[in-house]
Amino acid sequence: MTIDAAISGLLDTFFDESFEGLDRAEAALLQLGDAAGGVSAEVIGDLFRAIHSIKGGAGAFGVDEVTGLAHAMESVLDDVRGGAPATADGTTALLVGVDELRRALDARRAGKPIAAGMHAALIAQLAALREATAAAAVTAVADDAAVAEGSPAWRVRFAPHVELMRCGNDPVRILRELAELGATDVVADTSRVPALAELDATALNLAWTLRLPGTVSRAQLDDVFAWVDGQCELTLEREQAVSKAQAVAAAPAAPPAAAPASVATSGGSLRVGVDKVDLLMNMVGELVITQSMLGELDDDGPLSPDRVGRIREGLSLLARTTRALQESVVRLRSMPVGVVFARLPRIVHDLGRRLGKDIAISLAGESTELDRTVLEKLGDPLVHIVRNSIDHGIETPAERVAAGKPAQGTVTVRAEHRGSTVAIEISDDGRGLDLPRILATAKARGLVAPDAQPHDDDIAKLIFAPGFSTAAQVSEVSGRGVGMDVVWRHIKELRGEVTLDSTPGRGTRTVLSLPLTLAIIEGQLVRLGDQTYVVPLLSILETVEYDSQPRRRWGVGDVIRLRDQIVPVVDLAAQLGIATGARADHRLLMIVEAEGAPIGLVVDELLAQQQVVIKSLETNFGRVDGLAGATILGDGQVAFILDIVALARDVRRTGRTADPASDDLQAA
Amino acid sequence: MPAPPIASTGQLLTFVVAGEEFGVDILRVQEIRGWSRPMPLPRTPAYIKGVINIRGDIVPIADLRERLGLHAVEVGPTTVIVVVRVSHGDQARTMGFVVDAMSDVTTIARDAVKPPPDLAETAGAAGMASGIAVVDDRMITILDVDRVFPLPNLDAQAA
Repeated sequence: MTIDAAISGLLDTFFDESFEGLDRAEAALLQLGDAAGGVSAEVIGDLFRAIHSIKGGAGAFGVDEVTGLAHAMESVLDDVRGGAPATADGTTALLVGVDELRRALDARRAGKPIAAGMHAALIAQLAALREATAAAAVTAVADDAAVAEGSPAWRVRFAPHVELMRCGNDPVRILRELAELGATDVVADTSRVPALAELDATALNLAWTLRLPGTVSRAQLDDVFAWVDGQCELTLEREQAVSKAQAVAAAPAAPPAAAPASVATSGGSLRVGVDKVDLLMNMVGELVITQSMLGELDDDGPLSPDRVGRIREGLSLLARTTRALQESVVRLRSMPVGVVFARLPRIVHDLGRRLGKDIAISLAGESTELDRTVLEKLGDPLVHIVRNSIDHGIETPAERVAAGKPAQGTVTVRAEHRGSTVAIEISDDGRGLDLPRILATAKARGLVAPDAQPHDDDIAKLIFAPGFSTAAQVSEVSGRGVGMDVVWRHIKELRGEVTLDSTPGRGTRTVLSLPLTLAIIEGQLVRLGDQTYVVPLLSILETVEYDSQPRRRWGVGDVIRLRDQIVPVVDLAAQLGIATGARADHRLLMIVEAEGAPIGLVVDELLAQQQVVIKSLETNFGRVDGLAGATILGDGQVAFILDIVALARDVRRTGRTADPASDDLQAA
Repeated sequence: MPAPPIASTGQLLTFVVAGEEFGVDILRVQEIRGWSRPMPLPRTPAYIKGVINIRGDIVPIADLRERLGLHAVEVGPTTVIVVVRVSHGDQARTMGFVVDAMSDVTTIARDAVKPPPDLAETAGAAGMASGIAVVDDRMITILDVDRVFPLPNLDAQAA
């Protein structure tokens, strides 16, 4: 590996870890904001460390703009860690800082230049906040009359290196001396202490922060720490006394919080738990053993019943190991949905505040794992649904109280495994869907016939129709009319399902069910001319004889009547330009469901049903309209997987979905 | 029009298509395979013969004769597929093309390469050639593989 490659690898790791750190910091900050000061030292410690590592990494890689801002944020956090109160202003400024860091890192990763001095205003604001809190702290202490007149109190942070005790030093002695000097507010940071089993008696994993009266001189302090000089990180500073009013006046208005960047999963690298890799190693070990076992049986001797038996045994072992291996590899690509859920509290926090609604979010099942690709595409639909719940579902506190509900609304997002799918349920306790209004809007937009009386469930489904929005006014939050239909389409593209139910006055529940993996599907092999194609089994409704069906020409193709439905027919061989020399006498019509409506595909023969591994055509070629990908069959031949949705769109473009009068059809 | 520089090494893999000798930079060549019938890929330009399975990879195969605007020739015993690495912007793809027969590996001096003539800019090989190498009595058209296989999406729109 060249040095450049090594550095670019390190840089990738830095970016990955920084984005993770920012996500963690964001979550911690939101906790800080919600709990109004009553947050554990652990949360603050975690927050501090996240920003600290980013600062360190950015320094090492020369991302100076990031270093500067991270340093300012770290200073504020250090104060909070040292006992300074976490103010709402501070939390907001830090959240803006997180967004800025994310944007700067994004820009850097994309190779775009970061404007120098871009964060100057924010850094100044953070510094002003710090002074304000320090002043407040001093005032508080002064009220306690615990500080000597004149000199402000000392703030001491003492973080010994792990090997301090191995050099014969004892932190207990130092702490005792500090106690004699009048130390108060001593907080031990135990976050570095490992689990009991891994505890090393000679390693020191503690750090302390404490406050000393202003009367203690610098020389006295230096004396105490003289023996551990160079074996610890030591911060000694006097609390600054600045008028609070002055500092607040100096703070510029907080810039509006930017939308958080999407989950940082777009990169090519994958962070995988060691346990998963170990499992994989075991499986490969099994495979090697099976292979050598079968290898021993491979000589030119006669095929005795005994040998056949052992070969059979080996093959069944091989099948079992292969399946297990396949499952583990699928699991390797999966990530916990918590990665996507982590964006939601921020959205609820920001939007709720902007709309004047008091909303709590409750998350469950964050550790449920999903394929990375599914997860990446899940983020936007999920945010959309949660936004909808906040904007349309949850009422204002006054309305809620009037309706006899608690003032605070709740949005619950829960993920769980259900068989071979993962269900993600988003529910709120808001006002529910306004069905009469939805119906009225749909009629006004011409989505429903003016005299139709659809069932309630069907009315609810109308919100997934393209361009549908009941919001009287287009707001910044939602109501652009590109909401739920986009959700519907995205989830369908992931081969998932969306269901919705709503009780007026009680709330709305949306369930997204998604496949565990996109890499393998159940496929039905079909013959078209002399070629084999794969139809995803899930989309097949039924298969009927084609040539005996009454059909008529409609637009540029045929339609048939199947029971009470008019089904457009796609002649696959013609659509795909396949030579029809080898056509069967009795062709079949496979009825498949695409975007909620049936279409018929003419095929020559049904072949086997089997699991197929999807290979992208885009790796070495590009998108081919009508194909979802390719797969390799047992004999090494390539077969293409049909993209049912794209084929159905072709049909709709030709205008064959409008219902021809069924009398005509019978006559035909 | 200035000719793009040819590869620094100057080693060419040469082959015959429709009686004429062509060459590609040998560092781009991944492997040479015997002929196997590709699975036809629908809704693509005619010169894309389909895809084959190379150790689990789906690799598209182009007919160089049709790509060069020549008549398709029947597959014979010397027909082979040359698999090359193609780069489109920052994406690298593996693709193959069908040739009538392999010739050999030829080392050429830099000054033996002449820029392609301007006159046939639009016709066949000229648009895809990066130069013509003169070795003894032979004339070898050097193909730029990146231009033999343009971005398929753009190409599909043009077709």
